[in-house]
Amino acid sequence: MKHTAFFWFTLPSAAAMLLFIFFPTVSIIVQSFHVAHEQVIIEVENCGPFGCTTATAIDQEATAELREAEPLGQFAGLDVYKDRNHLAVNEFAQLWADRESLGGFVSDLMNLPFYKALGFTLTYTFIVTPLTIVFGFIIAVAVNSAARTLRGPLIFFTLLPNIVTPLIGGLILFWMVDARGVIGTALRWLADDPGLSVKADTGLMWSMLMVYGVWSSAPFAFIVYYAGLQTVSQDTLEAARIDGATRWQQIRHVVIPHLLPLTTFIALIQLMDNFRVFEPIISFNAQAHATSLSWAIFNDLGGETQQLSSAAATSVLTVIGVAILLSPVLVRTYRSYGKA
Amino acid sequence: MNLKKILMAGSFLVTASATTAMAADCGISEGRLSIVGNEFPAIQTVGAAAQSCDGLTEAKANLTADHQKINLAGMQGDPAEYTTAIVANSSIVALINEDVIRPLDDLIAAHGQNIPKNQLITINGNVMAVAFMANAQHLLYRKDILDQIGIEPPKSYEDMLAAAKMIREQGILANPLGGPYAAGWNLAQEFTNMYLGHGGSFYEPGTANVSINNEQGVATLEMLKALSEYMNPDYLTHDSNATSAEWEAGNVALMHMWGSRSGRLMDAEGSTPQVYENTMVGAPLTVGGGDKPASTLWWDGWTIAKNISDEDAEATFKAMSHAISPAILNDETMGQAVWMIEGYTPAAVNDGVFAAISMGTTPYPMLPQHGLLHTALGDNIADFLQGKESAEQTLADIEAAYIAAAKEKGFVN
Repeated sequence: MKHTAFFWFTLPSAAAMLLFIFFPTVSIIVQSFHVAHEQVIIEVENCGPFGCTTATAIDQEATAELREAEPLGQFAGLDVYKDRNHLAVNEFAQLWADRESLGGFVSDLMNLPFYKALGFTLTYTFIVTPLTIVFGFIIAVAVNSAARTLRGPLIFFTLLPNIVTPLIGGLILFWMVDARGVIGTALRWLADDPGLSVKADTGLMWSMLMVYGVWSSAPFAFIVYYAGLQTVSQDTLEAARIDGATRWQQIRHVVIPHLLPLTTFIALIQLMDNFRVFEPIISFNAQAHATSLSWAIFNDLGGETQQLSSAAATSVLTVIGVAILLSPVLVRTYRSYGKA
Repeated sequence: MNLKKILMAGSFLVTASATTAMAADCGISEGRLSIVGNEFPAIQTVGAAAQSCDGLTEAKANLTADHQKINLAGMQGDPAEYTTAIVANSSIVALINEDVIRPLDDLIAAHGQNIPKNQLITINGNVMAVAFMANAQHLLYRKDILDQIGIEPPKSYEDMLAAAKMIREQGILANPLGGPYAAGWNLAQEFTNMYLGHGGSFYEPGTANVSINNEQGVATLEMLKALSEYMNPDYLTHDSNATSAEWEAGNVALMHMWGSRSGRLMDAEGSTPQVYENTMVGAPLTVGGGDKPASTLWWDGWTIAKNISDEDAEATFKAMSHAISPAILNDETMGQAVWMIEGYTPAAVNDGVFAAISMGTTPYPMLPQHGLLHTALGDNIADFLQGKESAEQTLADIEAAYIAAAKEKGFVN
């Protein structure tokens, strides 16, 4: 392709990426390096239906001047990143210095909001991603061997969890696992424990969130694998059968190697998605048991006083987290293309 | 046409006339009205009445439970999207902090002489909002169950615990207590109530330096935990809606709940006669031998955006004044809230809020930094209630989380 043709061909997507990805990213990075101006507080008398009280308020005129001088706020460098609500550098060092055992250190670390969120986010990512891939693959192989007339409806029903809006899907499951819901009651009966409650127990809540994660994203892996299965060479399979390969051996030595590039693709997408786990925590009202980095951003922005710099810092840390997580897969892909 | 059809047609007509408010003359010749506010019956009434004014070039309302996530952004533009925000004493602070609402003194002098003085919210000498209703959390109890165990309605949280113990031991209900204890905003509100009831203060006097890691703080957490042991084990996921559902399902005998919700719990909808006929309202509870209730007083009121034209501000002011005038009171709206409107006659359902006012309950603090402490409380208390750490550790965590946030927002150095 000529250089000019290439330029005009990529211009629309380059412009969209600049506008919707690059500029917002720059904006949050700049925001995360700044904090609000020092508030000019004055003592005021507030009166209302319940009488008068002496309270404090922000001096708006003085604040307006400060804002005029420095519209972005005060430059803080990495202060927001280092404070207790993010990387907690000082607290981390203190805990490490005072540690009695590694287990004790980790459990103390989980008391800091960022590490608590990271702990759940990573556990979720590394459990849900492989399970999604395995279940997606099994479903794809099963659907592919079903009778042709059945495949259409089967595919439709299998895709349903992925079609349902995540918040709604989460809510449905939330009410089903309620102590008086179908699954909740069944679990009580199975465990023979009338006090058992999924929503009250941190371990069960984590499992529930992960079950939800696999349930909602396995269809994605399924449909990708199903498409891949249509391209498996029938000649090779037939040859394997003539050589006396069992069904398992055919899958192990023909199908799986053929689908390996797709597995890389699914793993990439799922690692990214799962690292940003958010909706189930909201639908399950699970914040007492599990928090994630995305939830922390939402919490910073949803309070009565919005903490924009804090949310921006967590966003940048999330981007860095995704980059670290994807780097092994990306490096591998890059190398294999280099060879070819 | 048989009788049933005629009756149904008649009820449709009644509904239609009730929902289509008659156009009202509010003295407006032109101007825009755009409301953002919380969603519950009293606010819906006010919103509908304001929109019914004649002469508005545009009249719309966005009433949603997520109002505080959008009102600030919707008022920072110039011109602002929302000409008025309906707020409470906690949520007005964020709007004042960012300087997006205007003082109302000149509008009141010109067009608002008939608004009673006690409805005006004055901050540093400027009227910033006009309140129209009061709210507070107070006791709700099941008369039949208390009669069954033979005790009077509790006056303090200690009484409540004793009653809960009896109800459980006699096998009447497994989890007799309720309450909006969902981790986050709700749980932080419960701490606030209980801490004020213990006589605690949140900050070192005159500063934004938090100080809750003290005797009252520990006593507060321990009382919350003692109460939670008599609640549905899922209590950390129960907000006001879920708590109301538990009550209506007849699973709860005693709870401390919002006055603005009690109307729905005492009406005939969503429950059985056994439950709603025996649902009674009591005064807010005290705790630890204190005389101030472990509750907070709230007002709901409206503000006017700063970044709008004077014509729009005037039109909005007139429409909102009309919306809180005695004209909106009728049989349907009377019981929706404790209105601060002339001509309002309280019903039994409102006794709890009136008791809260007469007992001298502390209003929810209106301090510029307090939203940050509320968030820090909501994020950390659950750890203690779940037995993951000591009360002192939880209080220290709350203080540390608040200080980090307050530094970022410039409230402490």
